[in-house]
Amino acid sequence: MKFVLIRIIRSFMILNYSQPLEVTNLTSWLDSALRSSMSEFWVLLIEFVLVGVALLAAYAVIALILIYAERKITAFFQARFGPNRVGKWGLLQSVADMIKILLKEIVKINRSDRFLFFAAPFFMIVASMATFGAIAFGKGLHAIDFNIGVLYVTAVSSLGIIGVLLAGWSSNNKYSMIGAMRSGAQFVSYELSAGFALMTIVVLAGTMQFSEMIDKQQYCWNIFNGHISSIIAFVIYLISGHAETNRGPFDLPEAESELTAGYHTEYSGLQFGFYYLAEYLNMFIIASIATTVFLGGYLPIQVKGWEAFNGIMGYIPSYVWFFGKTAGLIFLSLWVRWSFPRLRIDQLLNLEWKYLLPINLVNIVVMVILVLTGLTLTDLLPGIF
Amino acid sequence: MRSVAKYFSGLFTGIKSLLFGMSVTWKELWTKKVTQQYPENRDTLVISDRFRCELVMPHDENNEHACTACGICQMNCPNGTIVVTSQMIETEDGKKKKILDTHQWDLGMCTFCNLCVITCPSDAIKFDNTFENAVFTRSKLVHKLNHEGSKLREKKKEPLAPKGE
Repeated sequence: MKFVLIRIIRSFMILNYSQPLEVTNLTSWLDSALRSSMSEFWVLLIEFVLVGVALLAAYAVIALILIYAERKITAFFQARFGPNRVGKWGLLQSVADMIKILLKEIVKINRSDRFLFFAAPFFMIVASMATFGAIAFGKGLHAIDFNIGVLYVTAVSSLGIIGVLLAGWSSNNKYSMIGAMRSGAQFVSYELSAGFALMTIVVLAGTMQFSEMIDKQQYCWNIFNGHISSIIAFVIYLISGHAETNRGPFDLPEAESELTAGYHTEYSGLQFGFYYLAEYLNMFIIASIATTVFLGGYLPIQVKGWEAFNGIMGYIPSYVWFFGKTAGLIFLSLWVRWSFPRLRIDQLLNLEWKYLLPINLVNIVVMVILVLTGLTLTDLLPGIF
Repeated sequence: MRSVAKYFSGLFTGIKSLLFGMSVTWKELWTKKVTQQYPENRDTLVISDRFRCELVMPHDENNEHACTACGICQMNCPNGTIVVTSQMIETEDGKKKKILDTHQWDLGMCTFCNLCVITCPSDAIKFDNTFENAVFTRSKLVHKLNHEGSKLREKKKEPLAPKGE
């Protein structure tokens, strides 16, 4: 026992020395502490439960923070103050909203398809939760790391549309139905672009595994590595990701002036809360996948040869880097949302099928040529990147 | 060929105009907030002079007003908001004179049309800026405009203007 403890402390100190604030210290300490007193089975069981609880808690907390941030930033774009009465600077506003939404009655709609009506929000929340698990939040904070991570994320996140379509179908309401159909058309179209944009980077990185993709970006993020092609893919991914989350200029599935609230018109209380939560989390997921794939994930900014600089950057913990980059992309999404008017359905489909998709297809070919002929930055300037 | 050129020019002008739009909102992000935080900013609150909140009858330092109790405001009021009661008194030199007893105005029925103020021949009433008029009972909405013990301001004798001007 004493020997084990010494070993734990020693490993703790070695980790501690270079990166004192990483969560890896805590998780590896917990793992070895559990392993020293239990059999393999119980260790894994406890760790799985802990990871699940941590992810669920993070899911709820991130949604609350995002709702607050969105309301604040929206207000600033409109020269208002935003929530500023509940708590200091209105910090408790979204907590209060959450309590209110939990206390609300769940209204049962007459002549609706009861089973599908109740099942629909779960599809939504399960899809975004499953995608949420595959995000690398930081060094050692990566729950699911398949070797086909990109494919997994694209597949699972598109399950959410089933929830939307079911909601529209089962509500027995014209507005819900139209909203769901619009959402379906939009989602199917833009999923294509998002997938192709990610595919461009898969060509560049040569892997679909998120952890490997991140490791390869240590000195040169993918967005710089594939220069012109990467930047086009990045912009297309942001646009189509934004459209997939039904927000901003692409929010015609829930166009208030035409469809009251679109597919979630008939939902109340916690069920509406699920849709609300999933909407914000999808925004976060899109931003974090863009961070992982294009902006080097949780890695700090590092320059080859500048050891002192790299060391200082390394002291900032990886999750701070991850959330910082993600927050930047979320701000961009909000900025777009409050800049542009809502598209008509024909404009929406025009943008996808006439512009994004052809550009994307050409872009993949360009990227393949760049990679094959060695014109990526890491190939061109191996001394710097 | 023309359609290809149109496609690309449309694409790039579109991108340009989107970026311009984003630069506009970026500037808007840093502008001064226009929200009035009302109960806190009571001291610095600015209300336009022309805003009609409450009908008042200005009294000077001698507690004198300009209302001759002619009743024109009452006649012009479309809602019957104003009730002017007057009494006849006899002045020292034996002339009979009508003086104001009470000038009653009901805020609850007033539409703030300003007709009473426009038609008043002696400019005795006006709308002022005290806008916090909420009360708990309807009877408190009925205001008596002339102060207690006030009287008509005597006009100074001025030479009459020649006719025709």
